[in-house]
Amino acid sequence: MIDPFPPALILMMGSLLIPLLRGRLQSAYMLLLPVAGLAYLIGLTPGEYWKIGIFDYSITMVRIDRLSLVFGYIFHIAALLSVVYALHVKDNAQHVAGLFYAGSAIGALFAGDLITLFVFWELTAVSSVFLIWSRRTNRAYAAGMRYLIVQVCSGMILLAGILIHLRETGSIAFSDFGLNGLGTTLVFVAFGIKCAFPLLHNWLSDAYPEATVTGTVFLSAFTTKLAVYALARGFPGTEILIPIGAAMTVFPMFYAVIENDLRRVLAHSLNIQLGFMVVGIGIGTQMALNGTAAHAVTHVIYKALLFMSMGAVLYRTGTAKASELGGLYRSMPQTTAFCIVGAASISAVPFFNGFVSKSFILWAVADGHYVLTWLALLFASAGVLLYTGIRIPYLAFFSEDSGIRCSEAPLNMRVAMGAAAGICILIGIIPKPLYGILPYEVNYEPYTVDHLVTQYQLLLFSALAFVVLKRTGIYPSVLRSVNLDTDWAYRRLVPGIVGVVARVGDSAGGSFIEGGKALVSATVSGCRQYHGPQSILGRTWLTGTAVLVVTIFLAAFMIFCF
Amino acid sequence: MDDNRKGRPDKAGYVVKFQRALYAICALLLAADLVIVRHGHIGAEEWFGFHAWYGFAACVALVLIAQGLRMILGRKEDYYD
Repeated sequence: MIDPFPPALILMMGSLLIPLLRGRLQSAYMLLLPVAGLAYLIGLTPGEYWKIGIFDYSITMVRIDRLSLVFGYIFHIAALLSVVYALHVKDNAQHVAGLFYAGSAIGALFAGDLITLFVFWELTAVSSVFLIWSRRTNRAYAAGMRYLIVQVCSGMILLAGILIHLRETGSIAFSDFGLNGLGTTLVFVAFGIKCAFPLLHNWLSDAYPEATVTGTVFLSAFTTKLAVYALARGFPGTEILIPIGAAMTVFPMFYAVIENDLRRVLAHSLNIQLGFMVVGIGIGTQMALNGTAAHAVTHVIYKALLFMSMGAVLYRTGTAKASELGGLYRSMPQTTAFCIVGAASISAVPFFNGFVSKSFILWAVADGHYVLTWLALLFASAGVLLYTGIRIPYLAFFSEDSGIRCSEAPLNMRVAMGAAAGICILIGIIPKPLYGILPYEVNYEPYTVDHLVTQYQLLLFSALAFVVLKRTGIYPSVLRSVNLDTDWAYRRLVPGIVGVVARVGDSAGGSFIEGGKALVSATVSGCRQYHGPQSILGRTWLTGTAVLVVTIFLAAFMIFCF
Repeated sequence: MDDNRKGRPDKAGYVVKFQRALYAICALLLAADLVIVRHGHIGAEEWFGFHAWYGFAACVALVLIAQGLRMILGRKEDYYD
């Protein structure tokens, strides 16, 4: 039997033909690609395909099972939503980069071995950077360069890890290997960089807000969720992931509350949501892994929706900075409504999709009696209302009127946001279809009276805290500012040290050269003094004088010798 | 620009009503804890109004710490330019 065509190649190869088409045909073609990919994926039978032996190693290019399928479905849906959202863009580079990037992420999902994973892993890095550079500003260029360096480093560490793992075990299978030895540790770190672990995280909040309006929507879906998938595949039940994930849910919150750029706020909140998934992987029970997969699915949709709404604001007003926005609900009522749906979803308000997945993870954490982790996650579940749930819609669409009057978002953007909002509500009300595609059997009911009351208590008392803090003036006002993060280390500290070294080296080198020059000129002038024209040794002597000197020497010689 | 003004300036009455409704719902939710029996895995879940006060305290703590952080880490907008 012939192996089925690799699902990733539909988007990857298909995207390369986009520049050949124009106008409506191009739009229709771009929409067709993810739809065709999804339909094809649904029709595939789980199994391992494209097994190729290279030297002694067995490459498995396509492995389809329930874990990779969940992510595969949501990646196609995210690609479709992103394409709809980007239809108005007249920039083939962005269209090709977006779909090629989505395709490579799908290729990495279905990689059955580490070599295939590495190839697609790097392709996602290289293709996605064009979504940042397409902004065509100096800031975007610099941010894209930093992003690319971090991503390629992640790839290099992955490759080193794979090679060491290969030496240690003789296997390149991408399976549940856990943290065993140096090789898998390096692989873990590589995944951790892409998953924005604490201290390895800041490429995310640095680069995503600098990408194009439509590019950020693509970016928000794939890279980090690919890393979540990779961790769930390679390191389920690795306990260190529990504190790592808990830290990820807590620390970015402080940044999100005081950040001015609303797309950067969303990038921080993306990082926080990844923390929930990482905790689920760390616990590693079937229920927890189900929770992680479910949260990845809902998260991709509501995060894309939030980025789309802020992208629409950026597109129409030219800024996503809270200090310049406010009162936009007058001009953009539909975008406001969509944004509120996204905000309710990320806040896990019951009957929105975040509720049916986040509570799943919290349930698994409580079930395992991880009390501190549970408290951290609950802290993040309450705080989300302050940094995103209320803050984003409030600062952009309500708060003090900025005086900006603009048109509503373009139709294609509204269609994409409307579809995403619809999915958020639909999954929130009817979670069964979502639970049906999860890797393991689901034995969980989110809608109990007990759970509804506690969730509403958590959220509404958080809202109450917002009102109280606002009325007392404690709530952070919007400032035009940036907040230092770990990227300060390589954007300021290291260049600073290099600068000092260069200055010291420069002046030391300067004095060395000056000293050398002085030495040379002293030598030259000394030589001149004795050997130059008219100097004692250099001037021309009269023949008579010379004969006289020779005679004196001869006389002295004769006197002393005889 | 300061965003410390509440809600929609053109609908001040709306904001007041909204706040009163919020207070009322919060009171009702707290009262619900007297009736409902908890089935949590973690002991604290069964304390009276745990989720309510924890949520409130979490948000206050979040904002206070973030304010402190801003003093240390906040820089002018063109810091990196």
